[in-house]
Amino acid sequence: MNLTNLFKIAFKALSNNKMRCFLTMLGIIIGVASVITMLAIGQGSKESIRAQISEMGSNMIMIMPGADMRGGVRQSAEDMQTLKTADYESIRSKCDHVVGVSPNVSSAGQYVNGNNNYPSSINGVTSDYLDIRRLNVSEGNVFTERDVQSAAKVCVIGKTIVDELFPNGDSPIGKVIRFDKLPLTVIGVLEEKGYNSMGQDQDDIVLAPYTTVMKRVLAIDYIQGIVCSATSEAYTDKAIDEITEVLRSNHKLKATDDDDFTIHSQQELSNMLSSTTDMMTTLLACIAGISLLVGGIGIMNIMYVSVTERTREIGLRMSIGARGIDILSQFLIESVIISITGGIIGIIFGCTAAFVVKGILNWPIAIQVYSVVLSFLVCTLTGVFFGWYPAKKASNLDPIEALRYE
Amino acid sequence: MDKKEIIRLDNIRRYFKVGSEEVHALRGVSFTIYDGEFVTIMGTSGSGKSTLLNLLGCLDTPTKGEYYLDGVSVRTMGKNDRAKLRNRKIGFVFQNYNLLPKTTALENVELPLLYNSKVSAKERVRRATEALEQVGLHDRMYHKSNQMSGGQQQRVAIARALVNDPVLILADEATGNLDTRTSYSILVLFQKLHKLGRTIIFVTHNPELSQFSSRNIVLRDGKIVSDEINPSIRSAQEVYDSLPAEDD
Repeated sequence: MNLTNLFKIAFKALSNNKMRCFLTMLGIIIGVASVITMLAIGQGSKESIRAQISEMGSNMIMIMPGADMRGGVRQSAEDMQTLKTADYESIRSKCDHVVGVSPNVSSAGQYVNGNNNYPSSINGVTSDYLDIRRLNVSEGNVFTERDVQSAAKVCVIGKTIVDELFPNGDSPIGKVIRFDKLPLTVIGVLEEKGYNSMGQDQDDIVLAPYTTVMKRVLAIDYIQGIVCSATSEAYTDKAIDEITEVLRSNHKLKATDDDDFTIHSQQELSNMLSSTTDMMTTLLACIAGISLLVGGIGIMNIMYVSVTERTREIGLRMSIGARGIDILSQFLIESVIISITGGIIGIIFGCTAAFVVKGILNWPIAIQVYSVVLSFLVCTLTGVFFGWYPAKKASNLDPIEALRYE
Repeated sequence: MDKKEIIRLDNIRRYFKVGSEEVHALRGVSFTIYDGEFVTIMGTSGSGKSTLLNLLGCLDTPTKGEYYLDGVSVRTMGKNDRAKLRNRKIGFVFQNYNLLPKTTALENVELPLLYNSKVSAKERVRRATEALEQVGLHDRMYHKSNQMSGGQQQRVAIARALVNDPVLILADEATGNLDTRTSYSILVLFQKLHKLGRTIIFVTHNPELSQFSSRNIVLRDGKIVSDEINPSIRSAQEVYDSLPAEDD
């Protein structure tokens, strides 16, 4: 008995029962399609978060005053006054792996322009901040070093602020808006960035020289944080070490003292977010895997019924010379054909569904080659695994009994 | 007799365990069938003829005694070897035809050859076509089994039994499901095959059929009660011609 003949027999048997064959396949189709779609969505969102983080500046390093913990008591970063302008200046001059540095001081308040007002906050920074955060000016200019030195009453505003304060579409450049009581001249408008993956409006932003915010708004002599960027993502750790060293010597800390500042890099955030999406992806894949399993059980079910129903046919085949192994192979091939065909249709369906999701819902998707290969393999294995038992049952039938079966 | 032995049964016994009792279905059956014989094996139900048929068809093995089919001892053969033997040496014809549903006559006839890897696809179609021509169904090769009458289905089954060129054709109540007229037309076919030199064993409970074969073996309670050569074989064709044609 050669393989071609076996395939011929199996195909013939399947085509005699097209509807049942299709319904059995449906379980596998749905299983495979969901594995592929779920993984594509999961991976897609992970990649889009990565992309957004790197857009925010993947090499960004944030320095906050105060340690996370001191003597077992958590400290509120707001109360910390350990970071001074001098720290910013020494990071700028001494750290080789740091390219851009900017202090960051902020305060919340109400913006007013004529009849329009909008609650937001003001960020005191230097012009480096735009490079660190990958912000661009679409209109006007950024404040200069001289503006910073003179604590000039100027600002660069984001698209949301423009929309809220200038609803009739006037160009805001050169206009004076008020932040609480402080009048600020708008000298630039930032390019639109939209929402980030955490739902924050990245255009709800106002940048002003940090000196202006420190002196004219908050009246403080310390800074709330320092933002800088490493030469590249790979040098982030090196840059953090340099910054730590500079700050410890600036703050005259002994070797045994804890840091009185905290450094966060974007990498941590990126790792945290991707571990979250990884978990989501695993969860989705589990659900999809279960549906594949259910599909497999469907195959076993149908094959089992089919063996009982075709007992006489099996008896006949045996009486005209089919060996047990021939019958076993026939039923096994039938179930493998069902599962592989179902798998292929499922792959096509899954990929189509992923693109539909992308097209209609605008979700980011990334079809995983491994998920396609994996689900195909699982399918074949499912066919063999769940087809084995009914096939074995068929091959063990006694031809005399089988021929007499009613 | 100088004719070739096809079958030799040597004191065949077959016992079955039914619960705690042992049923003796065959209690020492011996006979020899030579090439070209048309043998009817008759007996009432319970006489052991089905058991004998299963043994002759290599579907079963005897508890005691020797069975030689075409010179080969079957008793000690394994399942797979017997399957191969059936495939090469025996053609079965069943009472209920046992054709594959939704399958054309040609494909049904091809079936035994599919289990013989030595036969190529081309050869298979040629031999199946030939077999169908022999039973007079060359114009219905592509009809599906469920589109044919009982007589036609039985002819397909006979063609299927012929296709592997067996040394023995085993028919089990082959006319049992057919009306009288069709039964005779099938008998005509068997007589024709007999004339062509085929060895046929026809198992039946109908004593009438013994007139048409060359030899009758009668079984009762697992033993042979008579084994006679039929000196005057009646022609099934004549009976068939004498029957009134269906006019209703």
